[in-house]
Amino acid sequence: MEFGLSESQEILKDSARKFFAGECPMEEVRRLMETDTAYDDKLWAKLADQGYTGIIFPEEFGGVGLGKVELILLMEEAGRALLPGPFFSTVPLAGAVIDVVASPEHKRKYLEPICEGKARSTVAILEANASWNSADLKLTAANSRLTGEKFFVTDAAAANFILVVAQDGIYVADAQAAGMTISPMSGMDMTRKIHAITFKDTPATKIGNTSNLSKAFDVATAALVGELVGGMQRTLDITVEYAKMRKQFGKPIGMFQAVQHHCADMYLETESSRSAAYYAAWALEENVPEASVAVSIAKAYASDAGRTVGNRGIQVHGGMGFTWENDVHLYYRRAKASETAFGDSIFHRERIAQRVIDNETTSAKSALK
Amino acid sequence: MDLNLTPDEKQFRDELRTWLAANTPKDWPEWQNKPLEESYPYLRAWQRKLYEGGWAAVSWPKEFGGRSATLMQQSIFWEEMARAGAPPMANSLGLGLIGPTIIAYGTEAQKKRFVPKILSAEEIWCQGFSEPNAGSDLANLQTEARLEGDHYVVNGQKVWTSYGWIGDWCEVVTRTDSGAAKHKGLTVLLVDMKTPGVEVRPLKQMTGESEFNEIFFRDVRVPKENVLGKVNDGWNVAISTLMYERGSYGARLHLIFKSHMSRLIELSKKFQRNGKPASQDPIVRQKLAQAYAEIEIMRLNQMRAFSRMTASGVPGPEGSIQKLFWSELNQRIQQIAQEIFGPYGQLLGDDPYSIDGGAWSYGYLRTRGNTIEAGTSEVQRNIIGHFVLGLPRSY
Repeated sequence: MEFGLSESQEILKDSARKFFAGECPMEEVRRLMETDTAYDDKLWAKLADQGYTGIIFPEEFGGVGLGKVELILLMEEAGRALLPGPFFSTVPLAGAVIDVVASPEHKRKYLEPICEGKARSTVAILEANASWNSADLKLTAANSRLTGEKFFVTDAAAANFILVVAQDGIYVADAQAAGMTISPMSGMDMTRKIHAITFKDTPATKIGNTSNLSKAFDVATAALVGELVGGMQRTLDITVEYAKMRKQFGKPIGMFQAVQHHCADMYLETESSRSAAYYAAWALEENVPEASVAVSIAKAYASDAGRTVGNRGIQVHGGMGFTWENDVHLYYRRAKASETAFGDSIFHRERIAQRVIDNETTSAKSALK
Repeated sequence: MDLNLTPDEKQFRDELRTWLAANTPKDWPEWQNKPLEESYPYLRAWQRKLYEGGWAAVSWPKEFGGRSATLMQQSIFWEEMARAGAPPMANSLGLGLIGPTIIAYGTEAQKKRFVPKILSAEEIWCQGFSEPNAGSDLANLQTEARLEGDHYVVNGQKVWTSYGWIGDWCEVVTRTDSGAAKHKGLTVLLVDMKTPGVEVRPLKQMTGESEFNEIFFRDVRVPKENVLGKVNDGWNVAISTLMYERGSYGARLHLIFKSHMSRLIELSKKFQRNGKPASQDPIVRQKLAQAYAEIEIMRLNQMRAFSRMTASGVPGPEGSIQKLFWSELNQRIQQIAQEIFGPYGQLLGDDPYSIDGGAWSYGYLRTRGNTIEAGTSEVQRNIIGHFVLGLPRSY
């Protein structure tokens, strides 16, 4: 049993950290977040050059064929850098969905361009009722034409094609498809844009059914937790650095136990989230029976921890933490958006309860998960 | 990263599993709830049996009767012990904390004299660290040891000594140089509890029982050769013992918490809330699920810490996270239990309506001590702040 990273995993994580530090420093994050899509062609091409856009996908479709643990490590570093734009939406979300539900022909058509860095995508899931239960989905498809609306779709304006979860399956609609209107929703996290999409008889291609969707969503959820961990780590690092440097009453504020204890709790919550994220990734990779519970444990814990680490980080910074120029609030905004994405802690605790109190292995109520 | 068992770990597990299946006493459930005074000979006999099978201290080096087990094998050991429903061992402080400290700091003669009898439970050990004026500020301890010829003469008082009433020997931290800085003048002595001048008194705690003792030393003569480590280097010896305490204990705790949790889930189906089983109440479900998640995370944190410790070779300040995490989690679990049981939660073991023989009302009170013993939560946070995060010392 070895819970440490292997040498190649360490190398991947380390080079990802250096890559993001070099290619996506905070000035770049701040520049991109002021744009409509937070997307940048040049940055995307570099991500593809690194193999990141195909990291977990089969080599026959242009992927790199690495495992879920490697994906989570990459997401952790992306989270630390607060990587703006459609990476999460395209790779661990849309890519994972295509990889799980689609036929080889459809993978050739949709997954391959993602791996090669030629296409961005996302998955439209939630509707006005904001429910993660598939039974609550209303969007319908008749003769491969979609009608309905989707909310909170991440990075839709940067996508070349959009995956749509309808009652009877997963569809792909081209970004230019007739009858589809993408309008921005104004979210807290400026680095990852969200959109409402209306469909009126929009032509779309069915690529699979919803029965295996939860598998892909587990991958996306674990990836999001990995990203949260990176954000928490950066928040902690910035905060500790500040506490060592900022002086009040003639001493660094990090000398005061009230401040130290905030930092200690941030550390505990960050490390605990990391343990849960790594384990969830490993469980998914190995297909262990409790993999879904491991994902829920990670998301339940990290959804709360992402917020509380941010709370403490801002508090320790004092007035400086409340300013626009300080980066902590940018991570705090991302953490808030990620908190509810793919189910908040209340959602996942109920999912855990169904498994450990009711002993339900599959729940009819939440087939999506 | 690979959480599957290696062939070595599998072999270790299978050998242990076979041994436990053949040797675990079947009558432990009948003894389990008896007072420790009564069950102690039973636990000694059980440890003796483990010792004879070579299983009493798997973490110890082979030359001292252990199996040089890796940290992962140690955690397999506790998992298998729990799985088999095996009783605990009598000499837990000796095996877990004091034995390893003697192995690390002892002279050849000390190792030869003390270690085998720790292993066989022939001599039970206790730990004389805290004093009335030296709790969190352990280095402030005042128990004095004065060299007179070839003996140290010890005077002072220790508190919160577990197993003091049954201890044959005690690891005592004393002050040997009152002129030096407070961390620098300490020396660890190995004290025979039968020496004239040693007096043990029970310390009645808020649970009503006396798990701990006070020990008084009046002109207690300890031979010079019983100094553990170097004279005036006792702080480092003591810290090493405390590191073992914080680092290794967590390994088996998640198993205990897990079994408490299973029982609590079972009970939540029997207790009513708003005319329905408490297990169907959405808030109760949320709280149980959160506790379940945190127990799992505690296990994962422990495994990650083990991997780090295996790489670095020594228990480090990361043990403080485990201590902080488990002690506060244990209190939350007991609080959820109380919320599920309502007024029944308060009933003590001698009440016919008490739940599980009063185990939960006891647990509720007992867990208040968890965030105090073995370093308060505040001290653990100080350690994380200073030693892990590099913040300036606050005191």
